[in-house]
Amino acid sequence: MFLINCPFCGEREQSEFKAGGEAHIERPKQPTELSDDEWAEFLFMRKNIKGVQFERWNHAHGCRKWFNIARDTSNDQIKAVYKMGEKPPVK
Amino acid sequence: MKNKYSIFSLIKNAFSYHENWEKAWKDPEPKKQYDAIIVGGGGHGLATAYYLAKKHNMKNIAVVEKGWIGGGNTGRNTTIIRSNYLWDASASLYDHALKIWEGLSQELNYNVMFSQRGVMNLAHNLQDVRDLKRRTHANRLNGIDAVYLNTEEVKKFCPIINTSQDIRYPVLGGTLQRRAGTARHDAVAWGYARGADEMGVDIIQNCEVKGIKRNGDKVEGIETTKGFIKTKKIGVVAAGHSSVIANMVGLKLPLESKPLQALVSEPVKPIIDTVVMSNAVHAYVSQSDKGELVIGAGTDDYISYSQKGSHDIVEGTLNAILELYPIFSRMRMLRQWGGIVDICPDASPIISKTSVKGLYFNCGWGTGGFKATPGSGDLFAHTIANDEPHKLNAAFNLNRFVSGDLVDEHGAAAVAH
Repeated sequence: MFLINCPFCGEREQSEFKAGGEAHIERPKQPTELSDDEWAEFLFMRKNIKGVQFERWNHAHGCRKWFNIARDTSNDQIKAVYKMGEKPPVK
Repeated sequence: MKNKYSIFSLIKNAFSYHENWEKAWKDPEPKKQYDAIIVGGGGHGLATAYYLAKKHNMKNIAVVEKGWIGGGNTGRNTTIIRSNYLWDASASLYDHALKIWEGLSQELNYNVMFSQRGVMNLAHNLQDVRDLKRRTHANRLNGIDAVYLNTEEVKKFCPIINTSQDIRYPVLGGTLQRRAGTARHDAVAWGYARGADEMGVDIIQNCEVKGIKRNGDKVEGIETTKGFIKTKKIGVVAAGHSSVIANMVGLKLPLESKPLQALVSEPVKPIIDTVVMSNAVHAYVSQSDKGELVIGAGTDDYISYSQKGSHDIVEGTLNAILELYPIFSRMRMLRQWGGIVDICPDASPIISKTSVKGLYFNCGWGTGGFKATPGSGDLFAHTIANDEPHKLNAAFNLNRFVSGDLVDEHGAAAVAH
């Protein structure tokens, strides 16, 4: 368990949040044009990084807003918190 | 040739105070080249090497393990073995493993302490009752033993369960697979390691894979902490770290790695002689031969490789355990730990070739890989040796995520993932 600094509510326990998996996977702009391989890539294939990963979180038991986090998955340390639509921090 | 373990070898070694037992496996340095290399020295990896040597006559092979054998999820699970899965493909896969379990101690000349004490799955609401009855019928059509029990029968089979209808999640019934049970997890790794070593397999510990060398679409070898090793076939059985290896060759897998926790209590006298699993409240319990209660909790919701897991998950599981078994209210817990499990979107494993020639993956077992260890090794060895899947693992290919032909065991497999 760790603490997450919600950009809207401040620091709260991780159990208040719902993890939304890998961030910055863009929904296909033209779904009808997609091949089966591209659908598989969008729906299922994940980087599943050991190290710093960009991911989505939802403050499910708080403000219920979505936001992004850069977190080191090898030790659960959060490197940065940034809002939806913002570009990921470079490092 | 290794000495056979028997009552006579036990007596003979008793005279030398058990100080002269021969080593169960060697500790060799890697050769320059192997016909095949298995990455990951857990139960599945060692079983793969064992069956490659035994059934496919591949003797020049190695298992490389970054830590010590059986030190990952093989040593961290709750040792439950069952085959009561809903879909035909999964039922045949897991029952193939269960059938091997039944003769494994004899085959390996190593006591894996396989105990068919039965596994009971509880229903706590009407939907559970319907799902469990449906699964019982599906199991029986597939030739797998399964019976549905009503509340009284559940109580009779495991008297310490609280079947009061006044609790938050009352027991409405359950299913029972009598052939299911538990085994000693370490012994499985050690038994396969000893068997593989005897046939000439090199088991190389403390040897971490740092990279995979490829030439075009073919593999050429692996870079390790003990140097470069040449090979044409690489079988990756790295559980939670499968994606890390896949990323080395630029492959993406449909996996998410999450911590799964378990805990054991202080040892007590025999109190529960079966395995009881509850999907809805997420609490599993059995008792080890040492007397500890072995309790399985759930996975965390986020990706992590930290082998820790959150306290609230353990708290939730213990709440459920205490409501179902009020007798355990004063038990003290001894240890708690986490293992990193690789979860597939359809909660079914991948035993498959990849787009890179000579690179094979056996992964995605998620929260329930231990039970499949012998079957998984057998089928993965077949896949590597023939460059073609066996008919039992044909459905568990990587391409199912492209074709959409998933084996969706989420919620259907008698367990919440």
